[in-house]
Amino acid sequence: MDLTLRIWRQADGDAAGAFAVYAIAGINPDMSFLEMLDILNEQILADGGEPVEFESDCREGICGTCGVVVNGIPHGPEKATATCQLHMRKFHDGDTVTVEPWRATAFPVLRDLVVDRSALDRIVEAGGFITAPTGAAPDANEIPVPKEAAEASMDAAACIGCGACVAACPNGAAQLFTAAKLAHLDLLPQGQAERFRRTEAMVDRMEDYFGSCTNHGECEEVCPKEISIDFIAMMNRDYIRAKFKNLRRLGQRKVG
Amino acid sequence: MPVSSDVTLDPKVPPGPIEDKWATHKFDMKLVAPHNKRRFTVIVVGTGLAGAAAAASLGELGYNVEVFTYNDSPRRAHSIAAQGGINAAKNYKNDGDSVYRLFYDTVKGGDFRAREANVYRLAEVSVDIIDQCVAQGVPFAREYGGLLDNRSFGGAQVSRTFYARGQTGQQLLLGAYQALARQVAAGMCRLHTRRELLDIVLKDGRAVGIVCRDLVSGAITRHSGHAVVLATGGYSNAFYLSTNAMYCNVTAAWRAHRHGALFANPCFTQIHPTCIPASDEFQSKLTLMSESLRNDGRIWVPKDPEDTRPPDEIPETDRDYYLERRYPAFGNLVPRDVASRAAKREVDTGHGVGSLGNGVYLDFGDAISRLGADTIGERYGNLFEMYERITDENPYVVPMRIYPAPHYTMGGLWVDYNLMTTVPGLYAAGEANFSDHGANRLGASALMQGLADGYFILPYTIGDYLAGQLGESTVPTDDPVFAEVETDVSDRVARFVGNGGTQSPDHYHRALGKVLWDSCGMERGREGLEKALAEIPAIRDEFRKNVRVPGTAESLNSSLEKAGRIDDFFGLAELMCRDALLREESCGGHFRVEHQTDEGEALRDDENFAHAAAWEWQGEGTEPVRHTEPLDFEHVQLTQRSYK
Repeated sequence: MDLTLRIWRQADGDAAGAFAVYAIAGINPDMSFLEMLDILNEQILADGGEPVEFESDCREGICGTCGVVVNGIPHGPEKATATCQLHMRKFHDGDTVTVEPWRATAFPVLRDLVVDRSALDRIVEAGGFITAPTGAAPDANEIPVPKEAAEASMDAAACIGCGACVAACPNGAAQLFTAAKLAHLDLLPQGQAERFRRTEAMVDRMEDYFGSCTNHGECEEVCPKEISIDFIAMMNRDYIRAKFKNLRRLGQRKVG
Repeated sequence: MPVSSDVTLDPKVPPGPIEDKWATHKFDMKLVAPHNKRRFTVIVVGTGLAGAAAAASLGELGYNVEVFTYNDSPRRAHSIAAQGGINAAKNYKNDGDSVYRLFYDTVKGGDFRAREANVYRLAEVSVDIIDQCVAQGVPFAREYGGLLDNRSFGGAQVSRTFYARGQTGQQLLLGAYQALARQVAAGMCRLHTRRELLDIVLKDGRAVGIVCRDLVSGAITRHSGHAVVLATGGYSNAFYLSTNAMYCNVTAAWRAHRHGALFANPCFTQIHPTCIPASDEFQSKLTLMSESLRNDGRIWVPKDPEDTRPPDEIPETDRDYYLERRYPAFGNLVPRDVASRAAKREVDTGHGVGSLGNGVYLDFGDAISRLGADTIGERYGNLFEMYERITDENPYVVPMRIYPAPHYTMGGLWVDYNLMTTVPGLYAAGEANFSDHGANRLGASALMQGLADGYFILPYTIGDYLAGQLGESTVPTDDPVFAEVETDVSDRVARFVGNGGTQSPDHYHRALGKVLWDSCGMERGREGLEKALAEIPAIRDEFRKNVRVPGTAESLNSSLEKAGRIDDFFGLAELMCRDALLREESCGGHFRVEHQTDEGEALRDDENFAHAAAWEWQGEGTEPVRHTEPLDFEHVQLTQRSYK
């Protein structure tokens, strides 16, 4: 199949970007979207140009490295699919395809389609862990976890941290990411001790970088792992509880 | 074989009964007192299971840790793609498992080419890993009563594999990454993302630092430490098409090798039996599907090579379930190398299926009628979805097509019992070292080894080395040893960017991969290996003359990154072929066509090759020197593997 590609080109974070138009021919429908970009880059290089910079690592939809906006939709037209698992059979001969980087204030463009998502790591560093130093653990079966809890936790833990939720949000909010990280740990017995401290710290850190949630639900729509916005409700409820509980603890400490 | 006099391969295996070696060694090693730990800086390169676990654990102990990854986040490392599970000798299933049995199975599964003492220790700490991961909040699969579930996995007759759906690697890596994030927040670990190691710095024979490139600005940076840990993964991408992630490369290990770290058993590579066959020549990588699929899927091909009927129209009588036929005891669960070669044999004799005839069927029809589609969906749902997304075929209805692909490398930097390479102060952990899997790795053992090295071995053994350096500061980064390495690195970068040339780096990577796959893939023969040893340097010379790296060195430039990695793959590929040529036997993943039984099974030569071969760099264009570490099998009797 033959396609016209409109691709965002930007030399670096400070430069102004613009769309460049490329024609590409002879694309096999069984090829992945990123393999199509590989071929485009071979073509650009042969013509003496500089290839389009984009990121991808595992190409199995699990590492979360890849991600571009295809025709206005983060990760493209196929639901529950990361860009690397999108195949050209979802497009038609003669299509014009627009490719852009994630668009969000918290994700500055580094070059072309590559953005800086390190703000997501900052949220995890604020408390997205269970304090369990190496060697301190009891026997694994001494912590029974109801199957339902393990399954629900796993639903949230499936988040690949790609940032599509932020890119899809009109506000550039990271609620779905943060809620998934919280629910992964907060639904497990092991996560209870730090639950409210964790919730307050991560939400507050999130607010330092990202916009606010106004319940558009676009995040769930584009999530390659179909993570539910129900987790956001859980996070919001926990955040309010955390504010009271942490305040009370503060009071206790003063008394003590 | 020539042996240079100044290298001695001392595995430093502690004395005493195998059950007591690790405990004895832990007691005998020197300790660094808590208040002195903060005086030491350890550099950890790589943030997969081994690297993230080591960095987090060292940070918890109180060391200053400098952590490096070329990815944008530590959580992207390729450990994340491991699907099936992690082994541990918990015996939660009451089916006769034990530390000794896991040890035994691993040595035997590795076809008797691993060091017994290391493998025993691995089995011993396996139980601690599961405890640690559960405490961190890894959502392992559970029984209804809330206890942990296990499944059986390729090559094992007990159920000792812990799993989190089909995303075990992801969940274990998130656990290690979260532990690392905690240490980053605590200020113990300093994280350097998008920073690629380009060389290692030695002073007076010891590893004292690294030189990196900032992948965004292009700046060359210097980093100094008391010790350097390479947890930089394996080298399957030498084959170009493999199941490794796009960025996986051998540069760190190869640069260490060039500085005197011996490289052991480079020809021991593993081909994974259950990957999705390539669909065309533009394929950029191969996708693996967990071999847990073999628990319920049955592998077959049409008996008649001319049979072009769709699979559902081929009656039972016209199907050849060749693994069940040839290996009745293990059937579809034979080890990876055996399953891979058997598939190759079917495809080579014209029995292959799919439009390119490059696969075999993995059929869930029987399992679905026995257990129902729901149960199968619960076990493998995400794998089925992944398969359908890639191939546009629904495996609930049409049998999957699978074919083997390069996947894991058992070879790697030679390390002693302390995981130290032959360069003092330079450690290698996880897939980057050679130590535990011999000539073949069992399923669900890579995650176990990465975490064992990172959580439970390095944090102890590195203290033994550091204790001897108390009071010594790190080498300042303006020391001439750093300047010298930086000059070399900058020259290399500048050569690529200013090269002119006409072909892309990938063009040469594909050419190298084809030579390597044909000569040093699932089967190796003298003639092919000798031919490859002539061809590889020729392709490398052509690459250096004619590769085109557009853009500048002072910006994000993925062509430049690729060129540097491919340049190092050439050297490694040559060493793989040389190692394969000199190992005149078949064992595990190394199958020499000249050495097979009448039935076509691997034929070991224990008399002459019960050793690890460790290669010493002699400079480019000069033949490396082959050293050997003899392997003694006191506990596991040397036998011909039989899975019949």
